Amino acid sequence: MSLGLVVLIPYLGAVLAAWVARFGRLHSAWVAALVAGLALAWLLPHAPTTFAGATVVQRLAWLPAVGLDLAFRLDGLALLFALLILGIGLLIILYARYYLSERDSMGRFYAYLLLFMGAMLGIVLSENLIQLFLFWELTSLASFLLISYWQGREEARNGARMALAVTGAGGLAMLGGFLLLGEIAGSYELSVILASGDAIRAHPLYVPMLVLVLLGALTKSAQFPFHFWLPHAMAAPTPVSAYLHSATMVKAGVFLLARLFPALSGTPEWAWLLILAGGFTLLLGAFFALFKHDLKGLLAYSTISHLGLITLLFGMGTGLAAVAGVFHIINHAIFKAGLFMAAGIIDHECGTRDMRRINGLWKYMPHTATLAMVAAASMAGVPLFNGFLSKEMFFAESVHLSAGLTHGWLLLVAVVLAGVFAVAYSLRFIHDVFFNGEPVDLPRTPHEPPRWMKVPVEVLVALCLLVGILPAVTVEPVLAMAAASVLQGPVPPHDLALWHGFNPALLMSILALAGGLLLYAARKPLFVLADRWQGRLDARALYQRLLQGLFALAGGVTRALDIGSLQRLIALFVASAVLLGAAGFLGGEAPLTGGRALLPVDGVSLLATLGLLAASLGAVALHRRRLAALILTGAVGLVVSLVFIKFSAPDLALTQLSVEVVTVVLLLLALYFLPQRTPAESGLARRGRDALLALAAGGGAAALAWAVLTRPYESIAPYFLAQSVPEGGGRNVVNVILVDFRGFDTLGEITVLALAGLGIYAMLERLQLPGPDRDAEGRPWDWDTHPAIMASLTRLLLPLALLTSVFILLRGHNLPGGGFIAGLVTAVALIMQYLANGAAWTHARLPPNLHPVIGWGLAVATGTGLASWAYDHPFLTSTFGHFDWPLVGEFELASAMVFDLGVYLVVVGSTLLILIYLGLMHGASHVLRPDEEAR
Amino acid sequence: MLSVVIPIAFTLVALAVALNFWRLLVGPSLPDRILALDTLYVNTIALLVLLGIHLGSALYFEAALLIALMGFVGTVALCKYLLRGDIIE
Repeated sequence: MSLGLVVLIPYLGAVLAAWVARFGRLHSAWVAALVAGLALAWLLPHAPTTFAGATVVQRLAWLPAVGLDLAFRLDGLALLFALLILGIGLLIILYARYYLSERDSMGRFYAYLLLFMGAMLGIVLSENLIQLFLFWELTSLASFLLISYWQGREEARNGARMALAVTGAGGLAMLGGFLLLGEIAGSYELSVILASGDAIRAHPLYVPMLVLVLLGALTKSAQFPFHFWLPHAMAAPTPVSAYLHSATMVKAGVFLLARLFPALSGTPEWAWLLILAGGFTLLLGAFFALFKHDLKGLLAYSTISHLGLITLLFGMGTGLAAVAGVFHIINHAIFKAGLFMAAGIIDHECGTRDMRRINGLWKYMPHTATLAMVAAASMAGVPLFNGFLSKEMFFAESVHLSAGLTHGWLLLVAVVLAGVFAVAYSLRFIHDVFFNGEPVDLPRTPHEPPRWMKVPVEVLVALCLLVGILPAVTVEPVLAMAAASVLQGPVPPHDLALWHGFNPALLMSILALAGGLLLYAARKPLFVLADRWQGRLDARALYQRLLQGLFALAGGVTRALDIGSLQRLIALFVASAVLLGAAGFLGGEAPLTGGRALLPVDGVSLLATLGLLAASLGAVALHRRRLAALILTGAVGLVVSLVFIKFSAPDLALTQLSVEVVTVVLLLLALYFLPQRTPAESGLARRGRDALLALAAGGGAAALAWAVLTRPYESIAPYFLAQSVPEGGGRNVVNVILVDFRGFDTLGEITVLALAGLGIYAMLERLQLPGPDRDAEGRPWDWDTHPAIMASLTRLLLPLALLTSVFILLRGHNLPGGGFIAGLVTAVALIMQYLANGAAWTHARLPPNLHPVIGWGLAVATGTGLASWAYDHPFLTSTFGHFDWPLVGEFELASAMVFDLGVYLVVVGSTLLILIYLGLMHGASHVLRPDEEAR
Repeated sequence: MLSVVIPIAFTLVALAVALNFWRLLVGPSLPDRILALDTLYVNTIALLVLLGIHLGSALYFEAALLIALMGFVGTVALCKYLLRGDIIE
């Protein structure tokens, strides 16, 4: 599974990079570089196989029941992209180490970057479409984190949200397309899909599938009309822009076009959708790039334009066009990464990116200027630089395509025009920034950046030149390998050379260069015009109107369902329950009372029942006086647990008793901050309606219980009663069900409990509320915070209470008890110390560090489950045995008891966490806060 | 002997329970109700122990033990509330 490891290594590295940041700022940079290098080292042994034309596919069973495997595929295209991702990634890591300032968290940056790198590698190395989609979404999420890296800036948050919304929506459409594609092809494996292109194109669902898949690709690659998110993503730190907008994020879309080229291309739908989207994007991007005064804005629109060019090439559908597309992917990644890095250096040195202020930097940073000029020349398509070669191939393909179209000259004009603009904006990048007079009012005086910050740019610029001058030696093998896997067949003959003789493509290149020079010379009146039109042509406005519409729709639906009144919602809920419940009995013949003989009634039970009724009615009558109602509720709970005892459910009774007192403490803690009396808010008619509803619901439930209890009823209880000892090794069936038969449910429940405890802690941690300084009758509170008799008594009680809880925990498997009850008893015993002795006294003896308790509880419970894997049994299989010790005698141990210990720890930790932090919420208690005590 | 004593004891404790409920309902003050609840806990323990003796089973004693413990804590919490309002301070 070495390919899977290539994808996994960055994820593991992300955790490591975030962790080592606590030991020093630069550690995470080193870790990130090592991780990227390691992934590269893991990948390279496969390169010779791939260069020889073979495809490596490795798979690991994932969900075999539904035919999903984790499958990884390395062919020419995948290797090319993986090399770009890792190679440029390494340069970005080096660059960012110098770019990020002291205030920026290095650990967070490199962790996000590695997460993103892993997701991108996942996309390019996936064999399975569903798996590809998962990594696709991960790139959206990771890019969200990267773009919003400077979370304090509003434009960063907005830009990240917009990128996520647009690419996420596209991803959703793409998932639909993938599902259709998988059903059409009969498999989600690329090997099958790429080989069944004819069948896919002939299928009736081809067009909807194609549109959905292309929506995913075009949103990701920022193609018109979804291009608007990309310029806003420029709020990210420049290393992020350099990575996302050269070799990775936006290239994922064109990667998908290349990947599915053999399966989907060659139809008029494919051609028209991509040629129109690509052509528009090419032209619009180039046009807007010229008029951006922001250095990164210029590069952003230029990126959009170049992606349009690549999309257009793939849309043409011919083999040569696809070769040119792949070639331009390589070239664009190289020069654009270099340009972004140069722009970042300039921004870093000047403190601004406004080209109206940055002028004449040649004098201040000649070295950086030379590098940037070479990369910009490559972007313009000047001969001797790599951009020229792929651009000329593009021109040649356009000529070829336009010959077959009725209005082909339109395409040629558009293409040349885009070329003209590309030359003009590249020229602006060079002339405006490095020459054109003196800098205007810069925040700081620019000078050359640190030596190593320029190294990544130098590497990329050297590549620009090497590819541009000696293409046949340098890039041809890689290009041939990648193109062969894009086409899934022989690569058409192409000649990577500087000179092809006089032909239309050369003429177009010359036209573009000359036109660009002229256009730039005439820029001043154009800029004035553009500034006047600023903001009128903005696809973002449409997006925002769409988004506002969506919010309004969602708000409308929510308001229609949730009217904001709990009373009304409960009334609706209870009324529908009564109606639906009663509807089932309409027209039924069966009598209410079944045939079972009734049990005799004894005096004590009768008295208890009357007491229960009286206390319940009393609680209703006194419900406005909240404390009195709470006391009555305590009596109700007590009688209910007596009923449980009477009907042989001691476990339930013990649980009920413990929960009861925890509830009383919890409610008292909350009641302190609330009004002591409930005001009468609803009128008489409404109260009458609610009383009727309550009577109908309660009466219905009682009638139902009566009907069930008076009938002979075969339950699942006998099964558990019979199997408890032989299978679970315990005589307490309730406990055996909890920790053994239904152990997985219990694991889920304690996880939820732990989450709830931590969630409440997170919400309460820094909350300070003022409390009343007088009681309900208006008397001041007593001066004696902790009466001495009570304090001494409860201290004596602590060991006894803890002993009780240990006793209940240990015997729980065979007699009433267990981890849940024992946990509550321990929590109550400790809370008692808080009540009687105060938080300061208790914290001095028992630091309230409860997170490890909860964590260990979950770990112990999960570990018990995992341990059964070591013995080749399913998760949470339990075992038990009998042991004989001298003095102690024979006793039984079951693995479920260890599980129960986990339950116990989680219950203790969560209950205490919630109660303690509710208790410390009062402003006067806040001197006792544990975090302040630690200082 | 037990067959005579236990019904008498049951009757007396049951009467006490009934009176506890009465005090719980009519109050009038909060300390009255808290004391009524606390006494109800005590009488319940008596009922359970009597039941255990009557049936010759020790199964009910844990419940009685737990009521003793929990009832005490509940009463402490309620009293602390009356005294100071803020029960964990």
